[in-house]
Amino acid sequence: MSASLEKGIRALKEVIDAPIASYFNSCVHCGLCAEACLFYTETGDPKYTPIHKLEPLRRIYEQEYTLLGRLKKKVGLAKAVTDDELDQWQELVYDSCTLCGRCSAVCPVGNDIVYMVRKFREGMSASGHAPEGIKSAVSRTVAIGSPMGVKLPAVLAQMKHVEADYGIPIPLDVEGAEYMVVLSSMEIINFPEYLGAVARIMQQAGKTWTLCSTAFEATNAGIQIGNSDLAKVIVSRIVEGAEKLKVKTVISPECGHAYTALRWEGANLIGRPFGFEVQHIVEVLDEFQRQGWLRTEGFETDKLTFHDPCQLVRRGGVIRQPRTLMHSVAQNFVEMPDAGYMNWCCSGGGGASAIEEGEALRLEAFKKKKTQFDAVRPDRVVTACANCRIVLEESLEHYRMDIPVIGLTELIAEHIPERNKPEGV
Amino acid sequence: MTDLQFLTWVRGPGLGIAVGIFLLGVLWRLFEIYSLGRSKDLSAPRRTPGASGLHTVFRRSLPPPGMLKRSPVSYLGGYIFHIGLAIVVFGFAPHILLIRNLTGLSWPALPSQFVDLAAVVTMAAMAVMLADRVNKPAKRFLSTFEDWFTWAATFLPVLTGWMAVQHLLLPYTAMLALHILAVEILLIVLPFTKLFHAFTLFGSRWYNGKVNGHRGVPV
Repeated sequence: MSASLEKGIRALKEVIDAPIASYFNSCVHCGLCAEACLFYTETGDPKYTPIHKLEPLRRIYEQEYTLLGRLKKKVGLAKAVTDDELDQWQELVYDSCTLCGRCSAVCPVGNDIVYMVRKFREGMSASGHAPEGIKSAVSRTVAIGSPMGVKLPAVLAQMKHVEADYGIPIPLDVEGAEYMVVLSSMEIINFPEYLGAVARIMQQAGKTWTLCSTAFEATNAGIQIGNSDLAKVIVSRIVEGAEKLKVKTVISPECGHAYTALRWEGANLIGRPFGFEVQHIVEVLDEFQRQGWLRTEGFETDKLTFHDPCQLVRRGGVIRQPRTLMHSVAQNFVEMPDAGYMNWCCSGGGGASAIEEGEALRLEAFKKKKTQFDAVRPDRVVTACANCRIVLEESLEHYRMDIPVIGLTELIAEHIPERNKPEGV
Repeated sequence: MTDLQFLTWVRGPGLGIAVGIFLLGVLWRLFEIYSLGRSKDLSAPRRTPGASGLHTVFRRSLPPPGMLKRSPVSYLGGYIFHIGLAIVVFGFAPHILLIRNLTGLSWPALPSQFVDLAAVVTMAAMAVMLADRVNKPAKRFLSTFEDWFTWAATFLPVLTGWMAVQHLLLPYTAMLALHILAVEILLIVLPFTKLFHAFTLFGSRWYNGKVNGHRGVPV
């Protein structure tokens, strides 16, 4: 697909709606969004002020959708958006924005700034100004099926390993199963313990579940790059798989953006409501526990803290559930300052972790997370997003902090009593 | 033109022009913005208490956790000058009289010494906010001509009004005429500058609350 400035501008014109118009007209340049952005707080560079990251979009809005702006454009007083300018903005829209949404949570006039950044990326990607790292992740997802190039044989191999390790069969393409489990390729390659944990939990809960051979990858780099057409292609695989297998619920894995892509953007991308439910694995675990289908024994005794993935809390509304789950298996669970709704990003969300040239900046921004960790000095960090996990691991290593990072699902699974027989519901 | 002629003009034709531009401007701008519409969210909503557009319209008047500490001047200065402006504009007896003449609506006035104090405090808070805009890197970086201009357009009506009441610098008639002129300039620029947030702020908060409320997040 060829990209051009013209296409980019057209895409930007298309994304502008009443909320965006209202937001641009409400901004009073108070700068409070900067105070909420870890790229500003950690670097002190005002160019990372969230609302500034949208300046080209604001000018397109003004020049196309306001009377005065159109007049200014007619008489040649308006500064047109150029390729060079969008090129400069790439760093601001991708490298230094993880779509964490803290800016949207603090803006006193109520501007949903991250909503606009997400939309602005549509124009950036259409004009060819998306970072190479995310571009190649998208093309791998579209061509091969996953951003990390994972193909079905890799999934089958992992299923075999898990079956051997846990002695639990991993169902594939089972029609009529209650749950369909999708994975992030990070889990397939780096964190195979996730699939084993799910198998043990489903066995104890006595639930029918399945993987799908045509829809095993949950992540959606199309959302991160900001290309709704490609995001639709990617999400459609899961929708088709789930509808073909007639499952009741699709379980989004420990991945923030996969959840956003499937739970909130998916139906809008394909243009109709889903015929199935979407739940994050953490929501499923919480429900199982409340219904008494999931029982755990024993407690972790070391000091644990929970890192909230942005897409799960601020952008997803799953705030209470991980805490309930943590308390059920950890005696010494401590919260970091700002934990929960106002938690700080791992610094690598929204596709940022795929941008090689953004690494130095990302590590600088991680200092915010470091401050949070320093405040409670946990022995281990628990999270519920494989991308957060890998970014945290790499950044902690960079700062020589010896804090292991684990997934919440596997932590819960470790507390399932051994030799648990499947029980009916 | 004598002071009295000046005053007569700003009170008559001047006021008519300014109020006309203000009203038409506000209506046009609101139409221009909100007629753009938005597409329906097809994802299944999650219901959470406190997560709605209306909740956010009110909730966003308070600083979110941790923010007051990070930016006390913006919050405190902002509260003081907005509340101060409201007191001065709607609590001063002559203003209420004017509004009654124009619309028939009226309400009890606040004591003039209190309004006087509010005007001084408002101006002080605005001066602090201006200094903050110069000092804070992010604020200074964002600032354009419009930010300085709208500050002045808001400050001058307060200053001239206060000076007229205090009989400072110019004869009362001339200062009052200047005061009314300053208000007219404010009315004319309001719909076409960031001052329009006085109207769109409600829509913005509502959209933010609505879009995120759909996800069950009380923002």
